[in-house]
Amino acid sequence: MRIPLSWLREFAQVPAGATAEDVMAELVKVGFEEEAVHRPTDTLQGPIVVGQVLSIVKEPQTNGKTINWCQVRVVPEGQQQSLTGDGIDPSGVQGIICGAHNFVEGDKVVVTLPGAVLPGDFHISARKTYGHLSAGMIASVRELGIGEDHDGILVLSRIGLDPEIGADAMELLGLYDQAAEINVTPDRGYAFSIRGVAREYAHATGTSFTDPASKVQAPVALAGGYPVKLNDDAPIYGKPGCDRFVARTVRGVDATRPTPLWMVSRLRLAGIRSISLPVDISNYVMLELGQPTHCYDLDKLSGDIVVRRAVAGERITTLDEKVRALDVEDLLITDGSGAIGIAGVMGGAATEVSDSTSNVLVEAAHFDEVSIGRSRRRHKLPSEASKRFERGVDWHVAGTAAQRVVDLLVELAGGTADEAGTDVGTAPGTVTVELPAAFASERIGIDFTEEQVVTSLEDLGAVVVKNDGGYTVTAPSWRNDLETKEDLSEEIARLVGYDQIPASLPVAPPGRGLTRTQQQRRRLVQALADSGLTEVLAYPFVSKAANDTFGVSTEGTPRKALKLANPISEEQGYLRTSILPGLIEVAKRNHSRGFRDLALFEAGLVFLPGDTLGTASIPPLGIKPSDEVLDGLYDGVPDQPLYVAAVLTGHDSPAAAGHTPRAWDWADALDIARTAGDVLGVEIVVSQGQHQAFHPGRAAQLALRTGEVLGYAGELHPKLLAAHDMPARSVALEFNADALFEAAADVIVARHISTYPVATQDVALVVPQEVPAEEVLAALREGAGELLEDVALFDVYAGKGIEDGKKSLAFSLRFRAADRTLTADEASAAREGAVAVAHERFGAVQR
Amino acid sequence: MTETLPGAGVPNPLDEAAITAAVDQAVAAIAAASTLDELKAVRLAHTGEKSALSLANREIGGLPKDQKAAAGKLMGSSRGRVNKALADRTAQLEAENDARILVEETVDVTAAPRRRRAGARHPLSTLQERVADIFVGMGWEIAEGPEVESEWFNFDALNFKPDHPAREMQDTFFVEPPEAHLLMRTHTSPVQVRSMLERELPIYVLCPGKVFRTDELDATHTPVFHQFEGLAIDKTLSMADLRGTLEHFARQMFGDEAQIRLRPNYFPFTEPSAELDIWHPGAKGGPSWIEWGGCGMVNPNVLRAAGIDPEIYSGFAFGMGIERTLMFRNEVGDMRDMIEGDVRFSEHFGMEI
Repeated sequence: MRIPLSWLREFAQVPAGATAEDVMAELVKVGFEEEAVHRPTDTLQGPIVVGQVLSIVKEPQTNGKTINWCQVRVVPEGQQQSLTGDGIDPSGVQGIICGAHNFVEGDKVVVTLPGAVLPGDFHISARKTYGHLSAGMIASVRELGIGEDHDGILVLSRIGLDPEIGADAMELLGLYDQAAEINVTPDRGYAFSIRGVAREYAHATGTSFTDPASKVQAPVALAGGYPVKLNDDAPIYGKPGCDRFVARTVRGVDATRPTPLWMVSRLRLAGIRSISLPVDISNYVMLELGQPTHCYDLDKLSGDIVVRRAVAGERITTLDEKVRALDVEDLLITDGSGAIGIAGVMGGAATEVSDSTSNVLVEAAHFDEVSIGRSRRRHKLPSEASKRFERGVDWHVAGTAAQRVVDLLVELAGGTADEAGTDVGTAPGTVTVELPAAFASERIGIDFTEEQVVTSLEDLGAVVVKNDGGYTVTAPSWRNDLETKEDLSEEIARLVGYDQIPASLPVAPPGRGLTRTQQQRRRLVQALADSGLTEVLAYPFVSKAANDTFGVSTEGTPRKALKLANPISEEQGYLRTSILPGLIEVAKRNHSRGFRDLALFEAGLVFLPGDTLGTASIPPLGIKPSDEVLDGLYDGVPDQPLYVAAVLTGHDSPAAAGHTPRAWDWADALDIARTAGDVLGVEIVVSQGQHQAFHPGRAAQLALRTGEVLGYAGELHPKLLAAHDMPARSVALEFNADALFEAAADVIVARHISTYPVATQDVALVVPQEVPAEEVLAALREGAGELLEDVALFDVYAGKGIEDGKKSLAFSLRFRAADRTLTADEASAAREGAVAVAHERFGAVQR
Repeated sequence: MTETLPGAGVPNPLDEAAITAAVDQAVAAIAAASTLDELKAVRLAHTGEKSALSLANREIGGLPKDQKAAAGKLMGSSRGRVNKALADRTAQLEAENDARILVEETVDVTAAPRRRRAGARHPLSTLQERVADIFVGMGWEIAEGPEVESEWFNFDALNFKPDHPAREMQDTFFVEPPEAHLLMRTHTSPVQVRSMLERELPIYVLCPGKVFRTDELDATHTPVFHQFEGLAIDKTLSMADLRGTLEHFARQMFGDEAQIRLRPNYFPFTEPSAELDIWHPGAKGGPSWIEWGGCGMVNPNVLRAAGIDPEIYSGFAFGMGIERTLMFRNEVGDMRDMIEGDVRFSEHFGMEI
């Protein structure tokens, strides 16, 4: 909401020298955030004066244009030019070149004299042009920054003005005024008006306030006016769409009269363009009182006005000349011809006031917030009117606003008001709230005096009646946000001042600290960073193709994914089922910035919808749903496990003197996965894996000992890397971290540490190529029995001396007994046992 | 007969002068040896089998019995002197040699390569952990919830009326199909609702996490950002407790001088509601109040939605943005730096914040 200060001053005690910033500093105390300052003089400086064109000499130019060489009087005849400076003619007559042609000799115009500055930091000076010394400019509204019209210069006589020559045009045009723009929270519809803000300014400053509504003399009752019927047969939430409709008639108006400059100036500062006198008046009253009104051309109306819901298939052409299909829930203003307006949102074109309008019907109605909001959303028609109706307008101000419009039409447009008028509808019940005496003090933590409580509420316009245990408070009609004792507490605190609230630190009961899962997550993420990886946080929005490539189930089919109804970009319209697409995008971005050696990881949620998706309905607010309904809500929320993924490209470290970096390879991806397992104390079982995003021969499946698949690690598919312009041999891994956390033992049972000597034996086994080393190792472990302390693969060989299709795996076995020194025979026997199982399982023979 | 040169003749083991001369010669040669190799040659020449002293020593066997003792004594002490000189010189040269090798092995330590890649945490994660630690230190617990959420948890349970403009102002991402009433949470407040439904009273929880709004990414907006929200539900909580908690937190976060300010505001889920500003003495363009977040007393409708009796319990809640906190605390000028994943951004912070 933009508040012209001159307007605010009419109703509140704003100090004469106060700036928009000063006003905002006061309003912020009562909860209106500062948004902006609108002050023409920030970009506009005089001297800018009223001038009269004495003579015009038309001079055709070689480029085909004709320019006007004008003599313009800027000081009343017979007076001295009091201004001095470069280009100011002491005679009081300035020679000025002007390209516009919409004026004649004798017209009064706005002259920007040398020394003036116009918006855009445009400095006016006397300059040679078209063979003359042009000392100033005859200004258009656009050049002055007060309008869009650039068809010609501003001719004052044409807007009904005949100011004195030499008068300060900035004063005349209201350019010394300024506006404070504040943010109005959605609960305070009343503050979308000078009336509401002036009241708040009075609260903030502890000064007095004059209600603009009190200045309007509206008749107590109206009768005999234009017939209006309120016929809502489908109220929303049981509330009728329209519960008051005031219609007034003004005849014989001249709609072509110019809007007075003071009104244009205030509207402009408030952010509203001047359209025509009747429309401007309607807007002006809306800004002043918060009540949107609408002017119809009375002669274009036919039959009774009926406020009703639309019927199926009904259409309307709105003021913006668009044909709109109506929904049966839309509330309409209709007459004998059909729809003449979408109530509270936008009027119809057919009954619009125009220059030829002479009789006007003024509508000031009260509409249901929800109904207007839905129509506005449905038709995507945000308007000043709908903004106010949606947030709630004072039911009681409609008659006053209609009267104010009528008064201004009479005063400014030369109309005559009909005595007869229409006012139909039923006032809503008043809202009363019981406020226990101590409640506000307890809730706010300030020991409020009775006077503070009562005065604050009365200042708001509430009626306060003291009773046994506290107060019965009747909220003012314009405050639809005051419904509970909590609402009243806020108002009391707000008016007394939030800065009065003391500080006390409540003590929480003994907590349990981070949960085990929270600790595991921290340890995991930190371990990955400690291993040299850089954490990134990518967006979860991905394309379907990316999900289908990376988010693959253990069966190899793309996982189901969630689609956004309103994504930022349609292309990335899905929620990730894998972290990898985001990481690859980040890797590519880094590549483009010159970083090819990367080790990136992210820990984040992926979205894995199951068969149940959401709930068909939503329980109401303010009450706890049944357990059954709650279970439904919980179950409808898709699975969102924490996944961890990493992408490694290029080399493991920066090249440096005396150091040759190593290119990342598939084993690094496995190593990182195993590190994750190590820090959580969970064994990760690796097996040859298949995943379409990975190299078919260089991918590992990661699983728990139980067989539960955790994820994949290995080299990314060469084709995929090429398609993404990623370095060849880039590797990646991804696993379900939640599953890993869950697999961690609650208690790790200690192992006995034997101090007897170790017996080490090596064995080389020849097995078929396709037998995984991990499985041979498992067989050895199994066959060696409990004397085996550790076994490690230390060499893989194929080639000369080994049969084709076979390979030799060399293992080192470490034996130790818990209770004695092993003999060589015992160690050898254990080794033979190990080899026997490997032989039995894979036909392994010792080399 | 006196023969002094080794090999040129054999000195008499009784000839003290000749023996002494041989010893002196040996000692001088030992002292003159400047390397271990030279010393080895000297040792062979003066103590080897063919050396004068060895040969003289061998002569003792042929001496008359009564002279053997005197010759033995002379030769013993003489050879002892030579051996000692040898040992001393050997130790000295070895020490010199060792020292020289160490000197020769000198490297330019400033040219050391970094062999291991230094990893880094994302500062938004690190900051989130720091915030959590402060509250855990106060006895609060950390609560978490899903990012795709039921509309009820995100709006209705938080007293957003279905048609209220406040609901629309949340710029929500909806999940298809709309009939499923699923959305991306627009704040971490649904976790508060879940906490109230699932936990025993009293409740003191902090809910950090990712949230989503349909803003395009620019220098000050991002569709995905992080919040932390606090919720306390207890029997006699007031706005003074809210202020005290926020003040304590601000001081833990920014130092003892930190100040906060509350301004009236509106949120559907709190009543009264306040905007929270923090005094930022180091702000660019001079000290100023910085908008930090929102807070207020939990709206009774929110308590009711979780089955908590608002006549017995009251509570407060607050929420701040992690990005915003990082921006003014660590002077991050552009939101995009936090989002794009440029490794330079995280690596500058390392593991710290």
